[in-house]
Amino acid sequence: MVIKILTNFFRRIFSGMFKDKKDIKLGFYGPPNAGKTSLANRICKDFTGEEMGTVSKVPHETRTVQFKEKVEIEYKGKIMIFKMIDTPGIATKIDYEDFLKYKVKKKEAKTRAKEATQGVIESIKWLDDMDMVVIVLDATENPYNQVNITIIGNLVARNIPVLIVANKIDLKKADVKKIESAFPEYEVVGISAKHGNNLEEFYESVFKLTKKVK
Amino acid sequence: MVKKKRRGLGKIKGFSIQFLPYSEIRDLGSDERIRKILGIILGNNILILQGKLRTEEEARLIGDTMAMIGHVKHFKGIELAVIGGNGDYGFFSKFKKGLANALAGGDLGAVTIIGPATIVKEIKKNPKKIELMLNR
Repeated sequence: MVIKILTNFFRRIFSGMFKDKKDIKLGFYGPPNAGKTSLANRICKDFTGEEMGTVSKVPHETRTVQFKEKVEIEYKGKIMIFKMIDTPGIATKIDYEDFLKYKVKKKEAKTRAKEATQGVIESIKWLDDMDMVVIVLDATENPYNQVNITIIGNLVARNIPVLIVANKIDLKKADVKKIESAFPEYEVVGISAKHGNNLEEFYESVFKLTKKVK
Repeated sequence: MVKKKRRGLGKIKGFSIQFLPYSEIRDLGSDERIRKILGIILGNNILILQGKLRTEEEARLIGDTMAMIGHVKHFKGIELAVIGGNGDYGFFSKFKKGLANALAGGDLGAVTIIGPATIVKEIKKNPKKIELMLNR
């Protein structure tokens, strides 16, 4: 009984202390098909029981910015509340014919391409509104891509803390070291969003990065 | 009869490589810089720009490119790569480089390659080399 009263008392005190504190806006950025939504889904599923968006092998599956409010992430007894923002993959070219390879019908492919171009524009606009960003890269792909460099450069110019995630480490071709050597000034965490590998280290890095949020 | 395998550029025709010295864009605002670059790209040219754009201009270029897809006939976007300009410098090297860039009005140690995606399939880049893969 006494314990229950004390617990309620402290809960009220602490919730009051943090009531006015805004949730940290955590953005997921990166090229198409790197696994941004898979990672966002994994986090949301772990802490809210719900997913954020659909994933697919077809590039540009996420074509509008998706939000998930009040995601309470707990790591080693510490809880932080995030507003998660999953963004469409940024690309410099979009050709509807590329979608036909995935057996998407021509009409649908054209619509998808149009929506994807809008998605890229939207992602770029949202760069200004992030508190911190996780750049999700496909560890099996060449990281020396100008889009990656441009995204990171824009975040740095805005003083937004960045964490780089090398996703798909479950695949044989994955090369986390290559990503580390491409971005030596940033912390790189190798994970598999699909299988949930190495997420503890990821959460640790996210919590560490929150200290840099202004 | 065995067909001879095509070598070289094959069917590629109708484009040129255009060099743009930094002095041509130094005094332009971001809008005009991007307009100038897109004008060259839309003329089916591969642009080799001395120096590089500011990061926010690069993002803007990507955004403007996306806005043009579907509105400009046959335009599918661009391929973009920046060579050099970045590196692991010490404090004094960074300071000297920063000073030189400030005097020159931009990072002249870099080269930017931009091509229309209809011509340039991919620009493969790693620390040792850069490859321009063209569409056939």
